[in-house]
Amino acid sequence: MAILRSPSRVPARTGPVPEGLVQLRMPEVRFRFLDALWIQVTGTRCNIACRHCFSSCGPKADQIPMMSAGQVDEALEEGRSLGMRQVYFTGGEPFLHPDLPRMVRAALRLAPLTIVTNGLLIDDRAVEMILEESRRTRYSLDLRVSLDGTTAEENDRVRGRGTFEKVSETLRRLGRAGLSPLVAVVEHEGIVRAEARERFLQFLRDLGIARPRVQFQSLFRMGREMRRTHGYHDLGVLASAPLLSEVESRLPCATGRAVTSQGVYTCPMLVEHQSARLGDALAKSLHPIRMNWDTCQTCMLDGLHGSN
Amino acid sequence: MRAAFFGEVHGNSIALESAMRDAQRRGAEAIYCLGDVVGFGPHPDRSVELLRESGVATVQGEHDYAVGNEKPVAGTCYTNPGEERLARLDHDYTLEKISPGHRAWLAALPRRISFEHQGVRYLLVHGSPRRQDEQLWESSTPEDLLELLARDADADVLVCAHTGLHWQTALPSGRVVVNAGALGRPANDGTRRVWYAFLDTEAEEPFSFVPLEYDCERLAAQMRAEKLPSEFAEAILTGFWTTGLDVLPVKERLRGRH
Repeated sequence: MAILRSPSRVPARTGPVPEGLVQLRMPEVRFRFLDALWIQVTGTRCNIACRHCFSSCGPKADQIPMMSAGQVDEALEEGRSLGMRQVYFTGGEPFLHPDLPRMVRAALRLAPLTIVTNGLLIDDRAVEMILEESRRTRYSLDLRVSLDGTTAEENDRVRGRGTFEKVSETLRRLGRAGLSPLVAVVEHEGIVRAEARERFLQFLRDLGIARPRVQFQSLFRMGREMRRTHGYHDLGVLASAPLLSEVESRLPCATGRAVTSQGVYTCPMLVEHQSARLGDALAKSLHPIRMNWDTCQTCMLDGLHGSN
Repeated sequence: MRAAFFGEVHGNSIALESAMRDAQRRGAEAIYCLGDVVGFGPHPDRSVELLRESGVATVQGEHDYAVGNEKPVAGTCYTNPGEERLARLDHDYTLEKISPGHRAWLAALPRRISFEHQGVRYLLVHGSPRRQDEQLWESSTPEDLLELLARDADADVLVCAHTGLHWQTALPSGRVVVNAGALGRPANDGTRRVWYAFLDTEAEEPFSFVPLEYDCERLAAQMRAEKLPSEFAEAILTGFWTTGLDVLPVKERLRGRH
């Protein structure tokens, strides 16, 4: 892949390109299948404010409001009619939603569900709910719990003081219940997936999780993270050449859409960008998009690497 | 009509031979193979020979495509660096061992086989009708999606494989989806048995799954002799998967040991 080192000539992301600049046409991504329906159930409302959050979520963040259970039902119904494979509840923090149990049940009537969570609010009652809802359905109910270090020092640097101890306790609780959450690790600072994988797996075994699962995720340099590492300015920009088909098929925007209380977006990373809003209806959002945003570079590199 | 459906042979010619005899004993008039004839197991030529000599109608899996066309395997279940290394070793082994004639046969396999019997339209694919490497697991494939896939492919009965675990479901429309499971390795259930699907159109429940005992010690010995990864032989002998676990949906994952 050719990378141009001319970040100042990236096409405008929020408006027309200023006169005098050459308009590069960014790669087009065709929509393939609705493998992932991301539903941002709690909007940007979260109980913590991670320093590397790609969408500026936090306790007072109300730029994207919570969805009502009725809105979630509508999204699920629309996803069902379009052949969705997997539903994700995201936020913010989904466990802040007062109607979460009802929404979990509604999703599991139709499809497998993953709740993307920081794990801090998963108490014994929440574990009971997870076990009960898992028993009631043929589909998998999965938890994707964020953990960004195997020590308090490593994790709390980005997720906030005290979060390491609390999430460790949640993981122990889930392990005792015989559950195995997928632990999601963002590659921040020194974390490199190839080296860190076994360290995290062993950490989870030590917490009592018999079948540890870990997934590494790239750092998206946007949202609150931009204030920490100053976005993408030190990287090049994507070339406008067509994508290799195997890269294209791995992009989240080729196989998913994100629904929020404010409409349908290309992907869960771009829900704070009005320019990534595709409309009100999921059915009308399944058209090709262009990789017009800085953060698309991260997904393209992930697509090139292709592994966890 | 009676017919047998074999999924995921993966070079396990010993189980394949046993399954062919077993299916014939049960009165199968036809045997179908759902692809991934090669990869994972030793001596890839032997499985191909068995299928070709017997005229078993075979669908192409993503390993067959990759070996047939000398390309990397797409959509692999090995999703971390350690497992990718094993997958590369295994793929290189298969590419080295397969004879050119069999390689061409793998490359030429169809992506789907369809037939009609008593007005019922059957469609056989490796992954799904729309993707050769799509994984249709029991706990992660919505019923509504299965309806769409079968309807769009004009199938009343959809038979697939690719994931290694067998299951079936009758959809509200009356359509049926069957994942035939795998002959190549056990079903992650702690037994050494492998499984295939059997159809008897006169039976009350037309599709059933047949557990098969075979000489897995001999397979493991061949794997060791061929210097295939020890993790593969361990899965064969313990009945629990040791690799490819990351892609398992959590419900299926929690049923295994690892």
